[in-house]
Amino acid sequence: MSATSAEPWSSAAKRRTPPGRRDSRAGRRRAGNPFTYFAALLFIAICIAPVLYIVIGGFRTTAQITASPAGLPHPWVVGNYTGVLTSVTFWGELANSTVVALASTLGIVVLGVMVSFVLARYDFKLKGAMYSLFAAGLMFPLVIAITPLYIVIKDLGLIDSLGGVIIPQIAFGLPTTVIILVPFLRAIPKEIEEAAAIDGTSRLGFFFRMVIPLSLPGVVTVGILAFIGSWNNYVLPLYILNSQANFTLPLGVQMFSSQYSQDTAKVLAFTSLAMLPALVFFSIFQKRIVGGLTGAVKG
Amino acid sequence: MSDTLGTDTAPGQRQSQGTSRVGGTATAVPPTPPRAAGRRRGRARMRFEIALLSGPAIFMFVAFVIFPVALAAYYGFFRWQGYGPATDWVGLNNYRLIFTDPAFQQVLWHNFLIAGLSLVIQGPLAIILALLLNQKIRGRSVIRVLIFVPYVISEVIVGTGWSLMLQASGALNDLLAHIGLGSLQQDWLADPKLAIWTLMAIISWKYIGFAVILMLAGLQSIPEEIYEAAQIDGASYWQMQRRITLPLLAPTIRIWGFLSIIGSLQLFDLVYIVWGQYVAGTAGTSTMAIYMVAQGRDAGNYGYGSAVAVVMFLISLIVALIYQRFVLRRDLRGAVTEGAV
Repeated sequence: MSATSAEPWSSAAKRRTPPGRRDSRAGRRRAGNPFTYFAALLFIAICIAPVLYIVIGGFRTTAQITASPAGLPHPWVVGNYTGVLTSVTFWGELANSTVVALASTLGIVVLGVMVSFVLARYDFKLKGAMYSLFAAGLMFPLVIAITPLYIVIKDLGLIDSLGGVIIPQIAFGLPTTVIILVPFLRAIPKEIEEAAAIDGTSRLGFFFRMVIPLSLPGVVTVGILAFIGSWNNYVLPLYILNSQANFTLPLGVQMFSSQYSQDTAKVLAFTSLAMLPALVFFSIFQKRIVGGLTGAVKG
Repeated sequence: MSDTLGTDTAPGQRQSQGTSRVGGTATAVPPTPPRAAGRRRGRARMRFEIALLSGPAIFMFVAFVIFPVALAAYYGFFRWQGYGPATDWVGLNNYRLIFTDPAFQQVLWHNFLIAGLSLVIQGPLAIILALLLNQKIRGRSVIRVLIFVPYVISEVIVGTGWSLMLQASGALNDLLAHIGLGSLQQDWLADPKLAIWTLMAIISWKYIGFAVILMLAGLQSIPEEIYEAAQIDGASYWQMQRRITLPLLAPTIRIWGFLSIIGSLQLFDLVYIVWGQYVAGTAGTSTMAIYMVAQGRDAGNYGYGSAVAVVMFLISLIVALIYQRFVLRRDLRGAVTEGAV
């Protein structure tokens, strides 16, 4: 583990190498042939087709879908989409999802950076135990603890409030964050810390002035993962949120699809609008996600 | 917490431990031997910093991850409806009921079947696709984004979309009829013989992008020089993949396997959305988590639900420890049990 702890930095450096080097590296392997392109295209088609079905289906009417389930819109109608976009329900659920995701992300990142800094750069007896505590948490996602968690949240009086979703999400987001961030923070060169100490900076000062800026790539990665995880979370809101005014989008999609189970086109439009924010967010930051996962797996 | 976190070793000793090349550097900087008072103050300050920085995260983690699990272990011994104090102590009766319930044995089998099939289906496919996509082809970065799309979309949306497409009168059967394969039309979701395979197809579709991205990352960390040397020795492309790529990719494959197995054991969202809790039983796609929700929360029997949660927890733990002991040994060096520090 410690042998690869410098990996996030070197892989970040690798990403920054001029394209020329990467090209020569890839070119040395057998160059892409028609079969490669065919396989890649087929794979992408399989990945994307269901998503396109949802998006395009939203432009049809339910009568069209019933008559020809696999057909294309004829004519294209935007009524389903405008219907969803003018509904109070959709925007309310979008706002709830946004609040929950932003608050969870902020909590996970702030607490995660602080504890990862301790684990990466302090020496104390219980360090190993602390790291193991979080690493073990990685194995047990929310589903397993959902029943007792519901009871705890109920005792705190947080049932049917967004806080009741945010707080557990922060707690369950910490393991991934710690696992990804510790190698990042550990790889900050010792010389920087020594130089800061000579200049009279305390370790906390070092933390705020050097560590946070230098670990930004890792912080962004865990932030994105936390945001998408929160955006897509289903089990926890299912247990905690009861009234539709507090629903997040995943609950909203499920609610909408059972409410309008006869109106497939409407459901498809609602569904595609609900997945849009996560997709946009992902395509903006995809490089960071992939890079962060690389660091996490090797760390 | 702060008292127990401090260390009693002096700075000098701390340095001489030498196993870690990370912390403790700030205290080691002053070249003059520190006076005892200053050292004590420094140590107290360090304890304070550790408590300040790690306290909030540890509190959150213990209160909302560890404590609920401990609470489940407690409530698992009661017959309890979810309100008021638990008084109806039933000992191990809940656990006895779980393990003698044929429905639970069935869902347990489904979970292990899903875990095994995920490894067998996704693993080789992901390696082959990663090898293909690691070649020099146009639009590599676009391809990477597109194959990751199913992974980023939420389970609820994936489930809603697929259940509409796979209905008996849905798009897939219509498409089969249009391309002259009408004889292949099936009731993909309701046929108990077929449903588990439908579920496997949806799972593979949703999660293979993640596997491919991990494998691609693993492939790119293999040093270029090894391939150059092999080429000079006259190795063919396939020989290189067989003798260099696969062994060096093994750590990535093993960690992916771990994530995949743990994910399979806790599968909930997709099944719950596509089949719902009642249909999942008859279609043969129910999982432990579905069983837990149906028997616990929906039946109002929180004591029993907690016991199921504990069983799920223990099964995951045992599987994780076995996997770590026999498969991940070389990769983690005790990261989970001993800490990587």
